[in-house]
Amino acid sequence: MDSILVLTHADESGSALSKASLEAVTAGMELAGKLGAGLAIGVVAADAAAVHALAATGARLLAVTGAEFAQARYGSDAAACEAICRAAQASLVLAPGSSRLARVAASVAHRLGGCIDTHISAVAVNGGIEAARWFYRQRVEAVVSRAARPWFLLLDAGTHAAYAGAPAAVEAEQVAVTLPPLRTTVSGFRMPAQDAQTIRPDAKMLFVAGAGWTKKQPDGQVHAEEAGKLILGFLRATGASLGSSKSLVDQGSEGNFVLPFLTHLNQIGQTGSTPRHAKGLATCCHGEEPHVVGWRFIGARRAISLDPNCGWTRGKADVVYIADAFPVIARLNALLEAKKA
Amino acid sequence: MSYPLHIVVCAGIVPDPLQTLEPVTTPAGPGLKNEMVLPAVLDPWAASALYEAADLAAKNPGSKVWLVSLGPKAKLQQVMMTVAQKVAFELVPIDGPIGGFPDAHSTAAVLAETIAALPGLDRGKLLLFGGWESATRGAGVTLQLVGERLGIADQFQGVDQIDLHEDGSFEVLERVEGGKHQVSVCAGAPAVLGWATGSLAEPRNNPQVGMANMRTIMPALQKAKAAKLDANGLRYVSVSLPKQQRETRVVKDRSPDEIARELAEWIGEEN
Repeated sequence: MDSILVLTHADESGSALSKASLEAVTAGMELAGKLGAGLAIGVVAADAAAVHALAATGARLLAVTGAEFAQARYGSDAAACEAICRAAQASLVLAPGSSRLARVAASVAHRLGGCIDTHISAVAVNGGIEAARWFYRQRVEAVVSRAARPWFLLLDAGTHAAYAGAPAAVEAEQVAVTLPPLRTTVSGFRMPAQDAQTIRPDAKMLFVAGAGWTKKQPDGQVHAEEAGKLILGFLRATGASLGSSKSLVDQGSEGNFVLPFLTHLNQIGQTGSTPRHAKGLATCCHGEEPHVVGWRFIGARRAISLDPNCGWTRGKADVVYIADAFPVIARLNALLEAKKA
Repeated sequence: MSYPLHIVVCAGIVPDPLQTLEPVTTPAGPGLKNEMVLPAVLDPWAASALYEAADLAAKNPGSKVWLVSLGPKAKLQQVMMTVAQKVAFELVPIDGPIGGFPDAHSTAAVLAETIAALPGLDRGKLLLFGGWESATRGAGVTLQLVGERLGIADQFQGVDQIDLHEDGSFEVLERVEGGKHQVSVCAGAPAVLGWATGSLAEPRNNPQVGMANMRTIMPALQKAKAAKLDANGLRYVSVSLPKQQRETRVVKDRSPDEIARELAEWIGEEN
């Protein structure tokens, strides 16, 4: 009989669980229900109040708390997760695929003599436990199972609804941790100014800018500045997140015209991210398979392209408009601003 | 003042991203159709790690870069013809299976064993580099497991920048959620750094570097040890291409105003 542990961690506040953690809690509760298995939830946080969100789960609650665990750091997080896993003695460990736990989960699995699979998009019970994940950057889909235990499964964000049970004051079992010498100090975060941040994981829409924005236009000139204004105008009007193709991001290092607000963090596809949003609008993208990869988890998809034979849009986008994105986005921005006003 | 480092870069080879991939069943488990004849490249994020390693080594005289790569010898040789022209390194090839389907734990065990046995490696100066995820398995666990097996207590993933200080400590920027970088300061080597894109462009081919590298690469390939990877209890229930195919509506000969109105309506819809 399998038993389940869900590993979670606090968000930047230190006293509330991250959204990805709450999604993992939902997955754990669903799986425990299907298997009739016992459920424990482990929390790594600076503040013990982070467990209050789990009061209504009915699960065994374990926590590692304290100032040392305010920072996402390999040495302390691995020790904390290892201690929780040893205390819970679970055969299945579910955890969010967040940067914090992705940094340590494989090492913890190794310390416990277990195995790990990551980027899990679904967990099913078909006689045994089966986990679905993608290979080759979202181009091949596979379902795997393992005999080894404990089996760690890191869940992709957005694959489950976030747990939203009523919070209440509740005490978790405190798990003691022996910390190794810590040689790393987290000094903070570096990010664009709030109004310049173009990556918005919780946005409903993804706007993808392709290299066409900085190519010569019908007048023979490059209009990179105008392109930048149009793109930022759209993001302002819609609250969309901005993705881009590799070729557009790379142009800076190749000495070509660039959109100054784009970085490699915006890149989607083969060497970028594969974000999850309800809608996506692609503009000025060309027909490489990597763009399709970046769009794998976008719900409704539309594209604006000058190329009526663009291979990537056919069968991949719901609607493709054969048009110049410059005038279309300019008019669209005006409509959206007017609607907001 | 420089700080000599021993940088070991773990990098696999992957099918060229523009190739069409089709999964097939082989006697050894799942694989890709015509996998051995698909054009291959160095794994993109691991390639970033290699370029960053070479840059760091160049700025710190006395440093050395090893490139540890597991794959079929013939494919490794093919890929090295290009990679060798980019930056200076010593290749440590391991003759093993190709692709993303072998178990990451077994792969990590072979890599760790090979690195631990590298002649002249000073573990006190070791920075273990690689891509934070491969373009094949894409699990983001192999490098972490190698580091753990080598007893390295400081690990960073999704790295875009490292600034080495005079005392050997370094500041590192790791990608975290929401388009941000977490900034950390580590006391120094040994450490694991799983690279994302980094900040360096792909170096131009340099035939002189290529010739110097190839003098050691060819003998190393001839002597490459064979490695067999255990399945480690991993079973593939199914492997398939995504079947999602959409009915695309192609809209031509419409004015920008008409398209903008339709898009504005679509954006305003709840779902």
